[in-house]
Amino acid sequence: MLNYLFTRLISAAFVVFGVSCLVFLLIHLVPGDPVELMLGESARPADRESLRVALGLDQPVLTQLSHYLVNLMHFDLGLSIHQRQPISEIILERFPSTLQLAIVSLVIAILIAIPLGSIAAIKRGTFWDYFAMGFSLFGISIPNFWMGPLLILVFSLWLGWFPVSGNDGILSLVLPALTLGTAMAAILARMVRSTLLEVLGEDYIRTARAKGLSELQVVWQHGLRNALLPVITLVGLQLGTLLGGAVITETVFSWPGLGQLTIEAIQKRDYPVVQACILVISLSYVVVNVVTDIIYAAIDPRIRLGKSN
Amino acid sequence: MRLTYFPIALVSLWAFAAIFGSFFPLQPDAIELTKILHTPEANSWLGYDDLGRPIWDRLIMGAQTSFIVAIWVSLISIVIGTFIGCASAYFGGWLDLLVVRIIDVFLAVPGILLAIAFAGIMGPGIENVVIALSIVGWVGYARLSRAQVLALKHRDHVQAAVSLGSGNFRIIVKHLLPLISAPLIVEATFGVASVVIAEAGLSFLGLGVQPPDASWGSMIRDGTAYMLVAPHMVIAPGLAMMLIVLSVNLLGDKLRDKLDVKLKTS
Repeated sequence: MLNYLFTRLISAAFVVFGVSCLVFLLIHLVPGDPVELMLGESARPADRESLRVALGLDQPVLTQLSHYLVNLMHFDLGLSIHQRQPISEIILERFPSTLQLAIVSLVIAILIAIPLGSIAAIKRGTFWDYFAMGFSLFGISIPNFWMGPLLILVFSLWLGWFPVSGNDGILSLVLPALTLGTAMAAILARMVRSTLLEVLGEDYIRTARAKGLSELQVVWQHGLRNALLPVITLVGLQLGTLLGGAVITETVFSWPGLGQLTIEAIQKRDYPVVQACILVISLSYVVVNVVTDIIYAAIDPRIRLGKSN
Repeated sequence: MRLTYFPIALVSLWAFAAIFGSFFPLQPDAIELTKILHTPEANSWLGYDDLGRPIWDRLIMGAQTSFIVAIWVSLISIVIGTFIGCASAYFGGWLDLLVVRIIDVFLAVPGILLAIAFAGIMGPGIENVVIALSIVGWVGYARLSRAQVLALKHRDHVQAAVSLGSGNFRIIVKHLLPLISAPLIVEATFGVASVVIAEAGLSFLGLGVQPPDASWGSMIRDGTAYMLVAPHMVIAPGLAMMLIVLSVNLLGDKLRDKLDVKLKTS
């Protein structure tokens, strides 16, 4: 286990380093002068020069990169050009909203996906199976920037049940979480169905049936428990995706999270904030993945033994 | 069986509208001030938008945008991704180590977020959308082709080609690519669906095509401000996009079953 933990952490460290470099390069890879992009062509030369110095863009790229990485290690993400405030403060302000939305969406997704996927697997080839998989296909095919406005139209504007936008109490969480949760439920339900189908074909299921357990006990205690292991990994991956993939949904609902901050920063051409947002979102994704892998390895000995060999 | 014709018909319609749309007398930019926000009527199937432009005509224009972007992004991503993936698996060594690390890094950043950042920094426009989505898109194909070539490169026919003195390039193109084309085609089909959504997403955020050009994403964005009085502005482009994405995904499912592909890429 210790061996597995070590290799997993090392590879995560590589990824973190790589992501930091990628995010740093984001500005430099783009053709043209980043300062001119940020200030516009009409800016005074003196202003440009001072921004160039403030961002360290007057130095060689490698020096800039090493400064950037050293600052990161001190959790120093730099200053926002627009708000003249440390970026880490701005991000800390926004992060709880994103996390809240991600967790509630995940809960909704699990509550929809596990029953749906199980019914589809148990009643394979029947109406229920087609219904569940049809729902899943729709869920995958409906973009969240369309589903969001439709939900707003029906439940906020016509029925008046929920607020249109913003983060103002539990009611305002419902529609954005439903938008994100349905899309994820669609992916999860497919996974639950296929793994449960695989498990239900195993010998120990036949044994459980043979010793006279009720169908419910067979599916619940012997089937679902084993089928859920791979699902846990996917849930972890999805939580990571939720942290970052909520960018558009947050914009639709004016949800004051990291995603909306990213878009605001892009619109204001506040590139240090854009960089920091992508970095923080990606790092949380990496952390969630590592934690999921470790939990998974702790539960299932096949993983840690298989990988460390 | 009949269910297969529905997606094929819709995707063909999409391609037809995109390729031949400009031969029809469409007026996506024609403004009729008296018809602002008009709901659907007999001589305009889908009504008018907030500037009095016919939504049907703009929908066709949006089909062109999404089709062009989907085709270009998929082509660029497949060529670059497959090249990198094949080379990495075939030559192995430090090249493979490097490629795997780079793929890991790209997988750690949510794709749409990276595309948004690139498109945002490069500025709006259809070319930049294609570039931004290709920067993100190659990774999936690289991972898939790498895994496939790794599994295949020790097969006898490859060894035979090596001992006959075939060059590396020839072996990859003649003896490996044909064998990995089936999973790549399936992956590309699902890829087209996600590019359609991603393009519309970027346009929804104002990072895609610029007015007066139309994209389904920007049409939805324009419509959200008038949802209560003119819901057709949001419903029409969204429905069109959903039907196309649904059809492409259905086709992908069918293809996967038909070609018997297991998309295992680890």
